[in-house]
Order: sequence, then structure tokens, then C-alpha cells
Amino acid sequence: MPVSVQDAPFDYGAECERFASGRADMGAVVTFAGIVRGDGDLARMEIEHYPGMTEKALGEIAEKARRRWSLGDVLVIHRYGMLTPGERIMMVATAAPHRRNAFEAADFLMDYLKSRAPFWKKEHMADRGEAWVAAKDEDEDALSRW
Amino acid sequence: MDVLYFAWVRERIGLPKERIETSATTVSDLVAELRAREERYDAAFADLTALRVAVDQELTDFDAPLAGAREVAFFPPMTGG
Repeated sequence: MPVSVQDAPFDYGAECERFASGRADMGAVVTFAGIVRGDGDLARMEIEHYPGMTEKALGEIAEKARRRWSLGDVLVIHRYGMLTPGERIMMVATAAPHRRNAFEAADFLMDYLKSRAPFWKKEHMADRGEAWVAAKDEDEDALSRW
Repeated sequence: MDVLYFAWVRERIGLPKERIETSATTVSDLVAELRAREERYDAAFADLTALRVAVDQELTDFDAPLAGAREVAFFPPMTGG
């Protein structure tokens, strides 16, 4: 199950190209990228994670999606460390015979990794203030859809 | 066992990881033991609804048994994606 947790940036175009190539059996590929949104005077977004558990949790979530939607392939890349607005934090890609499964599986992966993968975001403001991002109830509620 | 702290829990307690000799049989017992140590632990664990726990890298709850556990981690609700 291709899961990568990394501090280095990833090449979104190259990842999408590679993921969508050579799949005569898969009629649908969905890709999603999460980007650091520059709200207010956000200067940097720091992402902490739990090495070991992160890879395990992402692998389990990806495997759950693969089985439930009969995916041909799944890809999850999630960065950690210090990022700036506009940078890509993470991506997911799903490949399925038909589009609905690919879309739903990608949506499921995003809901789960927001609330069940051990990442924590801290906002660093231009005025040097900093604050941990609080989890949203709506993100937790989103899991009940599945 | 190793006890790990992440995000604001790590900052409040002041360290990312420590080795603890304990006879606690559940996560709650371990929390009670830690809270009795020092004010910074007491403050970090004051509101358990604001915390999550993983035993050997699996999310669980505060009633979970610790028999055979090698690693316990405390952290706030996750904010990935």
C-alpha cells in the first residue's frame, strides 16, 4: 500500500502522471491535493506527527478504502515539518474501474486522515504568535457518513 | 514503558518522551500516576475530553488495559489533511 510520510516536497504533477499511467483495467483515477491556505497573517504552518503510528494508521486507512471500493490502487503522501502558504501538504489518489468508487474512496480517505492519522498543525503568524489548530467537530462528524 | 507526548501536550509537559516504571493496569491509572507527579502533568491531563491516547500505536480509550504495553502516547485530537 503506497503511503509516504515525508518532510520533503513532492512533485504533484509527476505523482499524478505516474499514478494514472498504464491502467487499462482502471477507468477512473481521482487525485486530491491539500494546500496550506494563507488565512490572515499566517506565515508558516508546522506539522507534527507520530513517526511509526502515522505510517501504520495511513496504511490501515488506505487498505480499508481499497477493500471497500475495490480500488486497483491507492496513494497517500503527507508531509510534516515547516510549510508556507501555497505549499502542498498532502495528496491522495485512488484508481477504480468506475468513477463513483474512485471519488467516494478519495473523500473517505480525506475524512479519515483528517481525524484519525496522528498529525497536528500549528500556525505561526507573521507577528510571531503561534497556535495549535483545534480539531473541528464537523471533521469528527464527517466520519459518521462512512 | 515509553510514554510519548505530542503537540500542546508535549509543550505543556516539557518533553517529547520518557521512560516510566509503572504498575498502572489501565491508561486511567497511568494518568492518575502522572498527575500526582507535578503540576505540569496535572495541568496537561486536567481535561481528558481534550486528549486522545494510543497504546502501542493504536488509538484507544482511557479505560484500556496496559498489560504488555510498550508504548503509550497522549495527544490532542488530530488535525491532519
